[in-house]
Amino acid sequence: MMRCYLLALLIGVTPVPAFAGDAQPMIADPVLEARVMSLSSELRCLVCQGQSLAESHADFATDMRSKIQGLMRDGMSDEQVVDFLVARYGDFIRFRPPLKLTTALLWLGPLLLLVIAAGLLVISFRRRRRRAAAAPLSDVERRRLEALLADGAEDGKA
Amino acid sequence: MMNARFFVPLLIFAVLVVFLYVGLGLKPSEVPSPLIGKTAPAFALPAVHHPEQTIAREDMLGQVWLLNVWASWCVTCRQEHPLLVRLARENIVPIYGLNYKDTRADAIEWLNALGNPYITSLFDEAGQVGIDFGVYGVPETFVIDKRGVIRYKQIGALTDSALREKILPLVRELNS
Repeated sequence: MMRCYLLALLIGVTPVPAFAGDAQPMIADPVLEARVMSLSSELRCLVCQGQSLAESHADFATDMRSKIQGLMRDGMSDEQVVDFLVARYGDFIRFRPPLKLTTALLWLGPLLLLVIAAGLLVISFRRRRRRAAAAPLSDVERRRLEALLADGAEDGKA
Repeated sequence: MMNARFFVPLLIFAVLVVFLYVGLGLKPSEVPSPLIGKTAPAFALPAVHHPEQTIAREDMLGQVWLLNVWASWCVTCRQEHPLLVRLARENIVPIYGLNYKDTRADAIEWLNALGNPYITSLFDEAGQVGIDFGVYGVPETFVIDKRGVIRYKQIGALTDSALREKILPLVRELNS
């Protein structure tokens, strides 16, 4: 593992002459790039909804990333950028929507289901225990049991 | 007691069916816009045909109007276009276009070929106004009232039924 890092580092620091006409990275500033990518991985691409803005290659995602980059360059904080986008596209653009009245079920739903399931389990256990305790053998059953046990004992001897 | 228990799976199944049925009718691609009920974002854009003429949000106040976001590269726009042309001919509501991330030459050529239903098309080359309007899938159509408040947003192509059942009744109501 360590060796991998060293190798990567070595490759990273090896000077490579930049040739004119080479494809330029989209953002020259790696710190800004990292900020854009980490924030956009929290935001949904509205066109391809399973993907984040960071993952998607859709035009929409590319536009949004450059928009986010522009806003950050203008000095907006991450929260301000998110607020800017939420004001235009709604909470849906966030993968982690804020806890509000309309999203309460979304956040608390799993907990609610867990509580309901646990409750049902407890009820079912109690009922089962009560039934087991409340059902003693009838006379007929006891006689049959004794006969069976006696049979078994004889078999054992034989 | 015993009989009731047999119906529990059936009941769960029935609930599931209801949820799935409702789910079939939902369109996850249509994200509700937070802008509905709010004042339309400010804009000041040149017209597609007249670069020297600037149209701003304030110029639109006092009328109920449709803002149709379109582009020459947008295939679905081509599909909805005849409907817009027909609607424009009926003179019920003024239709303005927002030409989104297009080139002027392509836009004008498109309008010449397919007909121009717009009173004016605003030229949003960088897509900045589009972002302010929360546009993410062209075409989109907004109904904006006399005070400049967005009342409705159609995502995707306009359809006959959307016009008849939602947009035109809303326009009538806002105009009265």
